[in-house]
Amino acid sequence: MGGEITLGHYLVLSGALFLIGLAGVVLRRSLLVVMMSLELLLNAANLALVAVGRFQGIPDPQVAVFFVITVAAAEAALGLAILVAIFRIKKTTAADQMASLRF
Amino acid sequence: MEQLFFWMLAAGLLISAITVVAVRNPVTNAVCLVSTLVFEAALFITLEATFMAAVQVIVYAGAVMVLFLFVIMLLDVRVEVLGKISWLKIVGVGLVLLLALVGLPKLSSVFPFAGEALHWGHAKVPGTAQDLGHLLFSAYGPLFLTTGVLLLVATVGVVVLCRRDTEA
Repeated sequence: MGGEITLGHYLVLSGALFLIGLAGVVLRRSLLVVMMSLELLLNAANLALVAVGRFQGIPDPQVAVFFVITVAAAEAALGLAILVAIFRIKKTTAADQMASLRF
Repeated sequence: MEQLFFWMLAAGLLISAITVVAVRNPVTNAVCLVSTLVFEAALFITLEATFMAAVQVIVYAGAVMVLFLFVIMLLDVRVEVLGKISWLKIVGVGLVLLLALVGLPKLSSVFPFAGEALHWGHAKVPGTAQDLGHLLFSAYGPLFLTTGVLLLVATVGVVVLCRRDTEA
């Protein structure tokens, strides 16, 4: 526990968060949970950006985080709309049930 | 003080993130994701990015997560049943996690400024709404306008995707 908190601590934390999200995207079957894991990935990137901006003394990464949040909102809205449209046809959100294009 | 807050918030962030991925009830997943986002907002405050922390809570934990919960209620999703377990996937993810556990600290220490200690009150750029707004409307003005177009396109797309054909 000892020692001071450095930029490295924040970067490792961000990397760990990214890996948890990545495991969720790869392992889970429910598309809803996959989309939530995608949000975790974006948040890991946000944390790294804000940390680097704080230690380098530049505000630009925070503006980048602002745009990431906006694009994430658009992505979530569109992704959930597609999910609702698929659910109407397939009556399921499991990713492995969506194999209509496979032959 | 910096250490205490960092370790507490980091533990909370990772525990709630693991819960998002591991639990099988979608509503629990969504609520744990909200807690993850709030912990991240608190970490933004320890980095003295106060405006981003507020945006994180209002936009992410507020708006985006309400969207998720709304869809969960709309679809009436039950607790997910366990399907075929793919050992190939699990072994792959385990390998990547193991590799990352060894590699991450090394990789991040290569980064310039990585060893610099965090002291509150010594931020070179305070992340206030005034500073960010100035930058947003000067240097990043065109990008800001493009984001507006993106949001409009997304809104129209969502309406088109979710519309039921009444004539057919």
